[in-house]
Amino acid sequence: MQSKHEREKTGREELSRIIETCKSVEDRSLDPFLVDVNENISTVKEYFPEWTIPEDLCLDAETLHHVASVIRLQGEWVRHRSTSLYMDPFLLGEKLRSLSKEEIVETFVQAWHPIVELEQISLHSLAEATAYWINLLPISERWKEKPPAEVKMGSATREELLQENILRDKAFSEELDNFWRELRNYVQEKGESGKIPYWSFIAGETYEETVQRAFMTSFLVTYGYATLEIHPLEEEIFIKPYEKLETKIGNKQLVSIPIAVSVEDWMKWKKGEQH
Amino acid sequence: MSKRKVIYASKLKRATHLLFYKRHTKPGVKGWELRKALGSDYPKVLKLLDDHLKALDLQVKTVFEEEKAVEKPSLEQLDRARHFITLRGDITPKEAKMVGWRIDDLAGLAITISYIISQKGKATRKEVEDMLRDKLPGWKVCLNIDRYIRYGYLTQDENEQLYLDWRTRAEVDQKALIDLVLAK
Repeated sequence: MQSKHEREKTGREELSRIIETCKSVEDRSLDPFLVDVNENISTVKEYFPEWTIPEDLCLDAETLHHVASVIRLQGEWVRHRSTSLYMDPFLLGEKLRSLSKEEIVETFVQAWHPIVELEQISLHSLAEATAYWINLLPISERWKEKPPAEVKMGSATREELLQENILRDKAFSEELDNFWRELRNYVQEKGESGKIPYWSFIAGETYEETVQRAFMTSFLVTYGYATLEIHPLEEEIFIKPYEKLETKIGNKQLVSIPIAVSVEDWMKWKKGEQH
Repeated sequence: MSKRKVIYASKLKRATHLLFYKRHTKPGVKGWELRKALGSDYPKVLKLLDDHLKALDLQVKTVFEEEKAVEKPSLEQLDRARHFITLRGDITPKEAKMVGWRIDDLAGLAITISYIISQKGKATRKEVEDMLRDKLPGWKVCLNIDRYIRYGYLTQDENEQLYLDWRTRAEVDQKALIDLVLAK
């Protein structure tokens, strides 16, 4: 025979287990019928007389709330299956994989009715714009030239970059793997002799993006996913991805290669690319 | 011309201006804006405009706040809904190119929408990325999904779950799309 204290403890564990199961169904879009609602309700009923303190009553209410959510999902599931929009996701997935890009587009345009939206200048807006222009002060008066702000060099940790939203809060190894894959695809598409100019790979649309890409690239090189090829006379740096992860780092003495990624360099690259 | 006809002709013009020209970041006009500009009989004006647009292969499309289409909407539901002008018929892949879409990006959009429909309206971003990576270069996949979100075809929650958004509801005949994919 269990003591009251033990029974309360078991009850709490049971309710927490029910909440976890319901949550996993809600969050991961699993089949809601995996949850045996009747059994869960019986469990909730069974332990209800034991609860005396507000925390336990809250746990009881939370369990009921999650069971109710699962019932709602079951209702939606039944409704969806009974509608004409239901199809076997696996079958559709296979279909999508087997179709070529051209076939998919041909299919999609038959069901696609894009919105018509126009932008056009009117006489009224021209008159307003002219009045605005007349009243506008010359740029030399509005923007007094200031010397460019001095940027101090420093180091940043990964945590700081996360805080600044420069890096995403993904598992770092996963992010690095994705970045490696991107490099290999990029080299395959645009590279020559299995390498690509460093700047053409790291340069992004914004300076922030460029810094982030340079940061990730430095890890690719450090961890043996890629290597740098430096031509000092031509002042050219290439990045060359390895097909497999190279773990020979321990055999060689590591050399640190500082590469400045300044706003000026980035702007120069942008201009160069546009020309 | 009777006075009534003159009034409706003028309301039709006003509705055309409101619906065709972009006034906000999002295209289309909310029902309450139309009520303010055209009066409480704006649903009738929209119906007249829709009839006029038929000959031009265009239509007035109403997207309700509720995810599913409403059969007999109340005036309140119409007020909250957004009204657009969309193409009535379909376009050819060549024409799709002319409206600014590359074949890769459009195919990616079609796959993403079909996949999300098949998953009862929501799918994890990772699943969609894996699906797209099958045929698109990896570096493009993320960019494309972000673009679909920016355009309003998809929306994403804090758990990286993707859902269909207002533009898909306005532009895509979801049932026709699934039927067509399965019939291929």
